[in-house]
Amino acid sequence: MKSYRTTRVALAVAFLVASAGASAQTVAIVGGKVYPVSGPPIENGTVVITNGRITAVGTNVPVPAGAQRIDATGKTVTPGFVNSSTQLGVQEIGFGGPPVDASARGKDNIAAAFTVWEGLNPNSVLLAPARKEGITSFVIIPTGGLIAGQAALVDVVPGTTSDMIIRAPVAMVAEIGDAQQAGLGSRGELIVKLREVLDDAKYFQTHRDAFDRAQTRPFAASRLDLQALIPVIEGRLPLLLTVDRESDIDAAMRLAREYNVKLMVGGGAEAWMMADRLAAARIPVLTGAMNNIPAGFAALGQRQENPGLLSKAGVPVALIGNAGGGDEEAFNVRNLKQEAGNAVSYGMAWENALRAVTLTPAEIFGVADRVGSIQVGREGNVVVWSGDPFEFTTRAEHVFVRGREYNEKTRQDLLIERYRNLPGTHNQPPN
Amino acid sequence: MKALFCLLLVGVAACASAPSQTTQSPTPRDTTKNEVGLGATSVPNADPFPSTYVPFPSRTTVIRNVNILTAAGPLIRNGAILMQNGKIAAVGATVNAPADALVIDGAGKYVTPGIIDDHSHLGVYAAPGGNALSDGNEATNPTTPQVWAEHSVWPQDPQFPRNLAGGVTTLQVLPGSANLIGGRSVVLKVVPGRTVQAMKFPGAKYGLKMACGENPKRVYGNRGGPSTRMGNVAGYRAAWIRAVDYRKKWDKWNADHKGDPPTRDLGLETLAEVLRGNILVHNHCYRSDEMAQMIDIAHEFGYKIRSFHHGVEAYKIADLLAKEGISASIWADWGSFKMEAMDAVKANMALVDHAGARVIVHSDDPSGSQRLNQEAAKAMEAGAEIGLPVSEETAIKWLTINPAWALGLDDKIGSLESGKNADVVLWTGDPFSVYSKPEKVWIDGALLYDRADPTEQWRTDFELGFVPFNRN
Repeated sequence: MKSYRTTRVALAVAFLVASAGASAQTVAIVGGKVYPVSGPPIENGTVVITNGRITAVGTNVPVPAGAQRIDATGKTVTPGFVNSSTQLGVQEIGFGGPPVDASARGKDNIAAAFTVWEGLNPNSVLLAPARKEGITSFVIIPTGGLIAGQAALVDVVPGTTSDMIIRAPVAMVAEIGDAQQAGLGSRGELIVKLREVLDDAKYFQTHRDAFDRAQTRPFAASRLDLQALIPVIEGRLPLLLTVDRESDIDAAMRLAREYNVKLMVGGGAEAWMMADRLAAARIPVLTGAMNNIPAGFAALGQRQENPGLLSKAGVPVALIGNAGGGDEEAFNVRNLKQEAGNAVSYGMAWENALRAVTLTPAEIFGVADRVGSIQVGREGNVVVWSGDPFEFTTRAEHVFVRGREYNEKTRQDLLIERYRNLPGTHNQPPN
Repeated sequence: MKALFCLLLVGVAACASAPSQTTQSPTPRDTTKNEVGLGATSVPNADPFPSTYVPFPSRTTVIRNVNILTAAGPLIRNGAILMQNGKIAAVGATVNAPADALVIDGAGKYVTPGIIDDHSHLGVYAAPGGNALSDGNEATNPTTPQVWAEHSVWPQDPQFPRNLAGGVTTLQVLPGSANLIGGRSVVLKVVPGRTVQAMKFPGAKYGLKMACGENPKRVYGNRGGPSTRMGNVAGYRAAWIRAVDYRKKWDKWNADHKGDPPTRDLGLETLAEVLRGNILVHNHCYRSDEMAQMIDIAHEFGYKIRSFHHGVEAYKIADLLAKEGISASIWADWGSFKMEAMDAVKANMALVDHAGARVIVHSDDPSGSQRLNQEAAKAMEAGAEIGLPVSEETAIKWLTINPAWALGLDDKIGSLESGKNADVVLWTGDPFSVYSKPEKVWIDGALLYDRADPTEQWRTDFELGFVPFNRN
């Protein structure tokens, strides 16, 4: 009888390990300055992660027996960072290489039904470098056309796409700053087109039977696209509009009011010019702090103070890479911390910058119950930094995702090992 | 800063009369044995678009109680620097300040030489962009040594003042990388000017832009070629064969003046100048195997490569670069945006430096160029992570004296030493911190940027009258 029980327990444990990786254990991070983000910082705090989830946070938290103990004395402990706008996992090589899976062809530049995460490659070699520098979650954003498709928020964990996904979709993505890209002639036509599609989605919502009997007028979008837009017009799925010019943001806000759509502004070069209005409407802005170039007539007001000014006015800000160089859409999503440092340098409060790369993105994408803060019940996405996470001399010393620590060698680490002692031979790297 | 408004509102002539010790008239560049004087054709020193740059009025300035990274020695803590008559007059623990000197207290701050970006497309790919301002690639033929980047530079590119605010005082503006041989670069001071001539660095050598790999074959693959890397190499060699021949004809005629001079060819003139050592080769090349082939081509035709640009795989042949005396103008962390950039590692700079080759932090990007100090800082940390720590004294060289060397200007700029041009940046703190920014920037001793005084910051013609910044 006894041996039978033991076997059952052992089997159960083995199953747990297999299904959740090596997370079926307890980790206690002790002695660090903990930034839960959802609350005030905790000096000399302890964070306990059990079976992948955070189970205790505070100053007088006992370390459970058998727990792996991480000494974080003198270190900074934060939630894993969330990059709110990338093509990580759907783009291995930007161009001239394997296909990029970030864009759909759609019909008339409308691809609302496009679920970009279906093309996600969990074995992308770009994932490990991002995680190594503290990115534990990211939002895959589809690009191109007028309505680009649906975004997903995923954790940087091994496994299948389903293993990675925290929530999908988290937003419908559209771009209204560039009529040409949408295959249209002008800004006004672009807004008309969006209206037409949203009107059709509404009509489709209440006349599906008629549609199936081919008794409806022609629609501006395909059946699947209209169906995908229903959560948007019902206010359940946010509409993330990539838009820079003040007047375009204004047009987007009018459209959102009219259709009762939950709006998010992406890019938002000139969002600072209407910070008060965005704050009053509680419209989040995804933007960066490393661009000040009037890179087009829609972005003449581009400035590095943008996130700081928005945040000061009370706008929910999620920081994204916005400088347009250096492959920040994939390989360099890891530079989010640099973006945050620059945001601080240009007027954003340090705590707000930390929030803008953790809890705010989690909130605006509807996953704050899972990631973005160090609270009991959240995923064990926690980073131990050697110092100020935004500073260049700081290292992400321990990166936990769902309670498992990742410190495997990246492809870059292996290349360095191979070539650090030259000449060596390339097949037999020097020891 | 008054001089700035003088230039913008009244014009160069009125300003040029301002007293200045460093005024340089356009003089012929380096002389060589083959020179036969202006007026002859295809001569090494023909300077048809001479610099008209005149330093802006400066006042004698001392920054004291400041940490100084000279790029020529150890960090000087709480030291002082004296700028006089456009030059650095003294640097040290203390300096003797003349009675009329403006004295700036630099407590807690840092001073460095002006940053030099040897890979810029400012002016040739000006903001706000679009086809109208796309002037960087003469993508009509894979070999275009006859084009000069300066003829594409728009001095009113609003990216120039942003670069200055990032502490960049000298730029090499290059043609793009569509072509095997893209044309001549131009070295500019980051100063306001009505003409590109007014921005040209007096006495600077020209550079020649060459490009390896994917770009030329992508651009020309369906337009008559080259469509392969082997086609690329055939293209370089064919051009150099013609150049060797052209140079021989002209050298002979220059020596004996017998008969009519050979027919001039603008492109071959530039290539012949490379062969004579008067134009420096800047070669866009990502992969180590291609860099090694470009080195062999240089040996075959007897020219030198001054710098490999982008070189994401420089670390794989760092020993070869050190042996050949070729610098690596590279990024801290760009990679994977195309196949040939896939093997980028953040420790590239540290590894190349450790092998004894010159490292240069370059941008190829108007945004990155404003934060080259931050790029260096990322590379320093990557070195530290693999056990190759990089000191601030070394990293500052990556940003200043090494690119100065790549441009052949290391005798004039790139370090804070007595007698050199007073191109100086005062930083709000340690320049390798994410929180530090340039507070003041001087070029030839003239204060051209002051973060504390927005009303006196350089604004291009393009920016005048637009609403966003006129509203506050």
